[in-house]
Amino acid sequence: MKGKCYINGIGCVSPQKTHDGSFLEEVIDFRNASVYEVSKPDYQKYISPVSVRRMSSAVKNSIVASSMALDEAGVDDLDAIITGTGFGCIQDSEKFLKGLIDHDEDFLTPTPFIQSTHNTVAGQIALLRKCRAYNFTYVNGANSFPSALLDALLQITSMEANTILIGGVDEMAPHTRALFQTLGQFKKNDTEFDYLDNKTEGCTSSEGSAFFVLSNEHMEETYAEVVDVFFLNNLVSQDVKTFTIEFLTRNNLSPNEVDCVLLGKNGDLTFDVVYDDFSSLFPSSNQLVFKHLFGEMLTAPAIALWLSCKIFKTQSIPKSLALDVPRSSVNYILIYNQYRNSDHSLMLLKNV
Amino acid sequence: MAKIAISGMGIVSSIGMNVEENFNSLVQKRHGISRLEHIESKLNNSIFVGEIKLSNKELEAQLGLDQAHNFSRTAMLGAIAAQQALKSAELTTEGDQLLGFVNSTSVGGMDMTERFFYEFLISDEYQRFIELQNTGVNSKNISDFLGICGISTTISTACSSAANAIILGARLIDSGRLERVLVGGTDALCKFTINGFNTLMILSDDLNAPFDNNRKGLNLGEGAAYLVLESEKSLQNRGKQAIAYLSGYANTNDAFHQTASSEAGDGAYLAMQKALKKAELTPTQIDYVNVHGTATPNNDLSEGRALIRIFGDCVPDFSSTKAFTGHTLAAAASIEAVFSILALQNQVIFPNLNFREKMIEFDLVPVTATQDAKLYHVLSNSFGFGGNCSSLIFSKHGE
Repeated sequence: MKGKCYINGIGCVSPQKTHDGSFLEEVIDFRNASVYEVSKPDYQKYISPVSVRRMSSAVKNSIVASSMALDEAGVDDLDAIITGTGFGCIQDSEKFLKGLIDHDEDFLTPTPFIQSTHNTVAGQIALLRKCRAYNFTYVNGANSFPSALLDALLQITSMEANTILIGGVDEMAPHTRALFQTLGQFKKNDTEFDYLDNKTEGCTSSEGSAFFVLSNEHMEETYAEVVDVFFLNNLVSQDVKTFTIEFLTRNNLSPNEVDCVLLGKNGDLTFDVVYDDFSSLFPSSNQLVFKHLFGEMLTAPAIALWLSCKIFKTQSIPKSLALDVPRSSVNYILIYNQYRNSDHSLMLLKNV
Repeated sequence: MAKIAISGMGIVSSIGMNVEENFNSLVQKRHGISRLEHIESKLNNSIFVGEIKLSNKELEAQLGLDQAHNFSRTAMLGAIAAQQALKSAELTTEGDQLLGFVNSTSVGGMDMTERFFYEFLISDEYQRFIELQNTGVNSKNISDFLGICGISTTISTACSSAANAIILGARLIDSGRLERVLVGGTDALCKFTINGFNTLMILSDDLNAPFDNNRKGLNLGEGAAYLVLESEKSLQNRGKQAIAYLSGYANTNDAFHQTASSEAGDGAYLAMQKALKKAELTPTQIDYVNVHGTATPNNDLSEGRALIRIFGDCVPDFSSTKAFTGHTLAAAASIEAVFSILALQNQVIFPNLNFREKMIEFDLVPVTATQDAKLYHVLSNSFGFGGNCSSLIFSKHGE
């Protein structure tokens, strides 16, 4: 039996004010910023004040985002919790590692070590909800979130699970950010650039959490149907066009049936050109971008999925996302993301 | 579910650099626990570890990596074991988009990050290792080295990671997304984890003694192991036979504490119960349990109680092989999957070393000598931080 996979609840904490449920009615401008900071929700609405102080950004933001998604979907009983994260709990990792190096293996405390494991977020959510279900964490660069989505999609469509919480989460830490700036993967502080007409290399690091309740049940709250997801490390034996056309063909779609393509352009001069090849397949589709508003994090595809849900629900596209004149009706959205011409992912969504 | 065929395997650990060496060490009761040598740590003389006695240079040479490579030790160990697994399955990767890779690791590139953390900023000599903090790059190095071009991903759920990689692999085969998938895990020893476990005060200053009343904690280890999972259709087309089957699996969460296991082993109990259900087996059909058995006071008590809840008075023969290899974290479950398959292939149970005295809490005595046995179904447990609990059931070919 093959069921369908619906998104019935969403929650997002990001550099924009996504945590109050609004949809870019007001936009925070990060032009020339060296880092995208999260627009902070009222954490204490969800977490006790003592815990808020102890928790890293990844855990805090994820508790808020997952609570929002679960409240919206009105579910309590989960068959799985699946997260994706690129850098994991890098703040606690860095704290423990600095302690270890700076004090030559002395005076270490266990807390940052305990909280440094990649599955801390998924484990904490399970602990808070006393949820004994399946609990996975994917850590595979920019394909971490698409991996979580694929796992959930397979379980829901095979009817192995009815309701699954999935999320994409990333945080950054100061030394790690400096290292990636040194490497040129992140733009140096005080780089002046225009995201949409960019002349500089590297991207700008960001943080955030986006969570979704997936279910095989179509409800009034349903945002969209997840039709398919696919990802590869490299496009060695094929180009991005073949990769995309083969994916659409497997789903019996032609490019002109896709109303919007949501591109993961991140302002890196060298690698944004990969999107141009992709875009050329969709001359009649709306071209949307989002990382100028949200920055780059390895789990940015989760942010893109959140935006798509909002587009379906409101049947409107905020001007701040569109590279051309926004459409009024949206039936299919295709999200394409890659990081440094690696970790290519496609996520196909349908209006219901 | 349809049973998933296993068509190949590879392993490196402190008791051997391939399947045969590991098997010989197991049956001859030769453990790989020693003092830490290749890392300079304040703990060198106070702890024991399951260390692979090959330097990074020797591993590089074995893989034929060029000078400019950016493999962590974790990735090098992984690449060696993964290469063996593909070879034993007689598979080539070129152009095979239905051959995927599900890796797992908890250490990732930490061994390199901790060496050059500040130096990275002042010298460009080692900067190519910076991006290993993006854990996925370590897996990508392995899959690029092997030329894998299908779906590739990485799981990190602490000490149960590799079991979960095996579970996802099974799902990818079951759903028809892949026909062949390399699954498993790899972790190298590093100061970060050694000190982390030390702050938790669960490292033994002696050889680890799973399920012993006087057990003092675990020895960390390093290693990697991979299985090739394959659809029946693919095996038939290639004219190959399975070496064993994955017949059941489950992952659950203890939802008790970030690092400790619940007293009654709730998560472990549920994982075993669900795996049995998936395999459509009754507890009495399990012939041997390769327990998680880390030799920490908490794990062995909790796991023992969960075993009794599942099996009642008839707990099958069981042993922990961590006294041989140490606890290899993300790699543990795939290393023990290889051991479980070796047990089925050779109809032998591997001994639980260093056991002297039964725990006072219950009447559980592990197998302590290499023992011939009729084995059809073997259960393997792996539990980790974040309450993560996984159970896998391996079955003999033809059962």
